[in-house]
Amino acid sequence: MLEIKNLQASVEGAEILRGIDLTVNPGEIHAIMGPNGSGKSTLAQVLAGHEAYDVTGGTATFRGEDLLDMEAEARAHAGLFLAFQYPVEIAGVANSYFLKAALNSTRKARGEKEIDAVEFLKLVKEKAKLVNIDEKMINRSVNAGFSGGEKKRNEIFQMAVLEPKLAILDETDSGLDIDALQVVANGVNKLKAEDPERSFIVVTHYQRLLNYIVPDYVHVLSGGRIVKSGGKELALELEDKGYSWIEETVGA
Amino acid sequence: MPTDTDTLHQLAKQEYKYGFVTDIEADNLPPGLNEDIVRAISAKKGEPEWLLEYRLKAYRHWRTMTEPEWAKVDYEKPKFDEIIYYSAPKEKPKLESLDEVDPELLETFNKLGISLDEQKRLTGVAVDAVFDSVSVATTFKDKLLELGVIFCSFSEAVKDHPELVKKWLGSVVPYTDNFYAALNSAVFSDGSFCYIPKGVRCPMELSTYFRINSAGTGQFERTLIVAEDGAYVSYLEGCTAPQRDENQLHAAVVEIVALDDAQVKYSTVQNWYPGDKDGKGGIYNFVTKRGACRGKNSKISWTQVETGSAITWKYPSVILQGDNSVGEFYSVAMTNNRQQADTGTKMIHIGKNTRSTIVSKGISAGFSDNSYRGLVKIMPGAENARNFSQCDSMLLGDKCGAHTFPYIEVKNPTAKMEHEATTSKIGEDQIFYLRQRGLEMEDAVSMIVNGFCKEVFRELPMEFAVEAQKLLSISLEGSVG
Repeated sequence: MLEIKNLQASVEGAEILRGIDLTVNPGEIHAIMGPNGSGKSTLAQVLAGHEAYDVTGGTATFRGEDLLDMEAEARAHAGLFLAFQYPVEIAGVANSYFLKAALNSTRKARGEKEIDAVEFLKLVKEKAKLVNIDEKMINRSVNAGFSGGEKKRNEIFQMAVLEPKLAILDETDSGLDIDALQVVANGVNKLKAEDPERSFIVVTHYQRLLNYIVPDYVHVLSGGRIVKSGGKELALELEDKGYSWIEETVGA
Repeated sequence: MPTDTDTLHQLAKQEYKYGFVTDIEADNLPPGLNEDIVRAISAKKGEPEWLLEYRLKAYRHWRTMTEPEWAKVDYEKPKFDEIIYYSAPKEKPKLESLDEVDPELLETFNKLGISLDEQKRLTGVAVDAVFDSVSVATTFKDKLLELGVIFCSFSEAVKDHPELVKKWLGSVVPYTDNFYAALNSAVFSDGSFCYIPKGVRCPMELSTYFRINSAGTGQFERTLIVAEDGAYVSYLEGCTAPQRDENQLHAAVVEIVALDDAQVKYSTVQNWYPGDKDGKGGIYNFVTKRGACRGKNSKISWTQVETGSAITWKYPSVILQGDNSVGEFYSVAMTNNRQQADTGTKMIHIGKNTRSTIVSKGISAGFSDNSYRGLVKIMPGAENARNFSQCDSMLLGDKCGAHTFPYIEVKNPTAKMEHEATTSKIGEDQIFYLRQRGLEMEDAVSMIVNGFCKEVFRELPMEFAVEAQKLLSISLEGSVG
């Protein structure tokens, strides 16, 4: 699905990622944890193709294609989805209009038939039900005036409609109460069940989310490198001992 | 990988899509302006003596005036003695149906996607087509006449309804008003006249398509709309122009009168040739548009979507004279490449309990300059007047400018005024968000800009709103990069 080798990236001259190696196979859930400033969000943004970040070395292959050579929209068309840590507000644009345009742009790029308004509405209802989100959200402007929790739910809703092969969740749990957290986790689990080949990279600061989304692998990012990898028990150990334990252990 | 800014710039470089010249023989007067030319225009149109006198007075007044300099626009002043002040297509028969229209003219309209035929059959919009100053086709006139609605070319109105024209011409925009209004009053070639009698609600949207065609010809349109007591009309004006290398002057005057309880809604989509990417060619658009709410409870609403012209100088205004009258101004002004726009409105509150709303959205791209200039004036007698103004600017790229010049004069302490202004740069984060969901760069920018303009678009009649959105997307092409 995704193979990252020695990935290095900087923003405005400052080196953030210093050689990341990560392989995600179809159907796997990987959690990426780490202290603030370790490069977690940068990794998510670089993989999605944000132009503010310069890739200075390494490779990333997504479903057999050179990911780093693709425009942001081409990555989306290939099946990569990023749930944003801070979803952007776009005033005056209805969620439904935006999402239909996004879906059709992807379908067109894949050589599939564009979906019409009736089919789209049907899909929206289906997916809203699947991830347990109020379908009325579709009529509002994209994230405009949404609470923090609503924005995150909207990310999950978009993810459900766009049906990605690989979804990256960038601190989707931050600032959520327990109910919203469960909606998000439930959404991920339903989408995983819908397509067992679907992969997830869950970027999070806290172990809490991993009670609901059970990862196959946990990686700890520190100083722009993955300093420790393990199974889901690693997250519990981190919760117990704190990030300083890792940093002391690896001398980072 | 190109940056967002590069793409904006590529979008902006796109050629004007409606640039073509129709080869119809034109009947021109020699260039330049003097009393003989004014007389010749009047004679060619077979006008009565009083109208000639009006033109001559305007011309003499114009001679004493100088071109205004206060607008934030920079351009080479038109050479008034090189302009041809009158041009009419030579074949100008009285037409009973579209079959009699010059096929080449129909072809031009077809290229623009404005098939009169289709309009006639499908949309129920009566179209008075102004082609290089002379109306060639007017549809639906009979149906309107049954209701007593008069919708015809200005020349026809002068012939058939001289008493109405004489009564209202210059009553809102006197020929002394400003330099370009004086010039227009002297040499106006043709335009539209619309009269809605007492208590009549005009059942269809009245629409006029203007198109500048003959090279070097100034266009001096004159529009007069009168809504009697309790009347209602929605009027649409839309323009496109062929590509040109020399600057073309357009100085129109639009006057609207609304009497007691009358409502006039005036919508414009303007797409005149803006010049090439270096600012060469393009239309100079110096327009005086003003409505007078003469009667109590009357309402005049201006909605405009401005994407064209090299230079725009335009302030659709409302004089709120009748008690409880309402004035509205909704505007989207988009500038790209080297375009310059100085546009806004004036709301003059005279009557009691008068209300005005101003919503202005300016979008600047490329190297363009976009200014909002607005005046809200509350006169001493305007008890409990209210105004709400919202002026938002959006910048695409880092080489364009957005400016806001609000003027407020309040001479009555009971007035309530609200003013909001924002300037934002189109966000790289917004663009990235949409692209991450699979939208192409151009579509992403177009979507953000259209969202920004939504409050104005929803004021437009449906089919016009669709056209406006398309136009905005076309104008944006090459602006984003």
